[in-house]
Amino acid sequence: MSDRTLYDKVWERHRVRELPNGQDQLFIGTHLIHEVTSPQPFAELRERGINVAFPERNVATTDHIIPTDPETRDDRPLADDSAEQMLSALEQNTEEAGITFYGLNSDRQGIAHVMGPDVGATQPGTTIVCGDSHTATHGAFGAVAFGIGTSQVRDVLASGCVAADKSDVRRVEVTGELPDGTVAKDVILRIIGDLGVDGGVGYAYEYGGPTIARMAMEGRMAVCNMSIEGGARVGYINPDETTYEYLRGREFVPEGQEFDERKTYWESVGSDDDAVYDDVVEVDVDGLAPMVTWGTTPGQVAPVDEPVPAPADLPADEREAAAAAQDHTQVTPGEPIAGHPIDVAFIGTCTNGRASDFRQAAAVVEDREVADDVRALAVPGSTTVKRTLEEEGVDRVFRDAGWEWREAGCSMCLAMNDDALRGDERCASSSNRNYVGRQGSKDGRTFLMSPAMVAAAAVEGAVADVREFDTGGALR
Amino acid sequence: MTVEAPDAPDDLRVTRVAGTGVAVRGDDVDTDQIIPARFLKSTTWEGLDEYAFYDNRRDDDGEITGDHPFDRPEHQGASVLVVNENFGCGSSREHAPRALRRWGVEAIVGESFAEIFADNCKSLGMVAAEAAPGVVAELQDLVEDDPEAGLEVDVAEERAVYGGNEVDVHIDEAMREALIQGVWDTTTLMRDALDETREVARDLPYVEEVE
Repeated sequence: MSDRTLYDKVWERHRVRELPNGQDQLFIGTHLIHEVTSPQPFAELRERGINVAFPERNVATTDHIIPTDPETRDDRPLADDSAEQMLSALEQNTEEAGITFYGLNSDRQGIAHVMGPDVGATQPGTTIVCGDSHTATHGAFGAVAFGIGTSQVRDVLASGCVAADKSDVRRVEVTGELPDGTVAKDVILRIIGDLGVDGGVGYAYEYGGPTIARMAMEGRMAVCNMSIEGGARVGYINPDETTYEYLRGREFVPEGQEFDERKTYWESVGSDDDAVYDDVVEVDVDGLAPMVTWGTTPGQVAPVDEPVPAPADLPADEREAAAAAQDHTQVTPGEPIAGHPIDVAFIGTCTNGRASDFRQAAAVVEDREVADDVRALAVPGSTTVKRTLEEEGVDRVFRDAGWEWREAGCSMCLAMNDDALRGDERCASSSNRNYVGRQGSKDGRTFLMSPAMVAAAAVEGAVADVREFDTGGALR
Repeated sequence: MTVEAPDAPDDLRVTRVAGTGVAVRGDDVDTDQIIPARFLKSTTWEGLDEYAFYDNRRDDDGEITGDHPFDRPEHQGASVLVVNENFGCGSSREHAPRALRRWGVEAIVGESFAEIFADNCKSLGMVAAEAAPGVVAELQDLVEDDPEAGLEVDVAEERAVYGGNEVDVHIDEAMREALIQGVWDTTTLMRDALDETREVARDLPYVEEVE
């Protein structure tokens, strides 16, 4: 059993009581709400005659179903009837309950996992849930954050709590110097490749070590974001000065003496030096190359310049799935994935839709046109991110090179709006899932990689090695 | 403190699921396979049964091929789904177990389950039971070779019973107790502790203004 880790400390402080089935009733400090997993819970509360217990502990936004096309963004009703119904329901539900809602025209609107950190609602030592599996993103701040189902959304609205079991805690110690051209995304793809897509089932992942300590907040968020792709519902990083300085001055964060008091709490929740873990693994990123998925799970991944494995060379229990995956993606085993043609380039999402992701990609995009026949979409993760980049002129870099510069939303990560792959298009994507059909077409093919790698692929019209591009040191 | 189990009505208690089986083979079956995202665009739960494994069941023209186990005539009415490793990984969408439930699935026996998926099954009073790879292989062969064969999952005893055989399955303790006691819907149960919850909230330095 783990002891004195951040996870243990935060859990203990939020534990209300033990439920009849042995689970803990856990208080939730921040509940993030979006339009896809909230209409039914609000309706069910109404049917049961129950109000929202702690409206001030909820923050809502809209991200999954909204258009990102600047031309149609503000058209109401939305062209898609069912999307309009979901958005209207959220507008009405949040208003009735007195819940803060960053709607379509709000400066704060964005993907829930980008918006929370933007406004400083995401803080160390808190519990955060959302009806979305990528909620572990917020663990980058030292929060215990996890995705929940729709019935659990109803639980949180009604009681401010979820029924939950404590997981074991695995320390993932990341050591080594990240080579030029590699970023946090490559680190987490490597971790998932090493530990497997179900390696984290039953665990909360605590990422640490010198590589993580040097990482900026946005990189840490990318790492924690994809914990769930490695099977871990929770992934977190102990807060440090990088965390506190990132939070200073944000809307939900107190100022002056109150900031110092809050910081004292934040400092108290980090794992103790003598904390006990259920498991420890070490991942050395020295010599890491940009990583690209070749299959249909995020664990089917290889360095861009190394041969894609032949199914026969894999462990026996992985062969059948690998062969089926390669049949779908049409990559050539035994050859590196570099050079594999693409039709669509997509930068955005709760994994890689933050300002630094676009800045890194811009170093590749600048003065390099998108290849003929490639559709290239840049979709900022939030309106805050979008405005920041526009003030810096980053949008112009993308537009001038032939990219579509869009409004914020989940977009082509899961294609619940019009941003979808068509037919068997191949997409270089900064998102988190390469499952069959994920990007809106059952024959579509997704290749996961870092934002700068997506930019390189857009230029070449094929998967390319970003290290071969002169970016003036921007990817160091 | 621990709360005593409330007296749940008997129809909420799930102690056994008995019927026939259906097998969906493969590791890492994600919830995007179980129900593609485009079918989540609804403010209600209606129509979900049509969407279970929607794309996997259809050809390029969108016609049902009839090859998927969910479309085989011999598996209509099946209530026990037998699957492999890491079933239900990916998106947290509760629509996934609900779509399976509406198709007829009341219990799933698998090598392992993704955590959020298993949690969602619990929220619906649906059984997710783990079994050793050899047991799963045997059950999958059984339901394919003899679709009429009875298959029972005994929740309390943690066993699967078929053709005179009994094999051990494992049901996570929290799920098992929730099913047996009929306390898998936790909304009212947890709301009953609003006062204690407020006390916990008041002790947290980051929570301001608790009524």
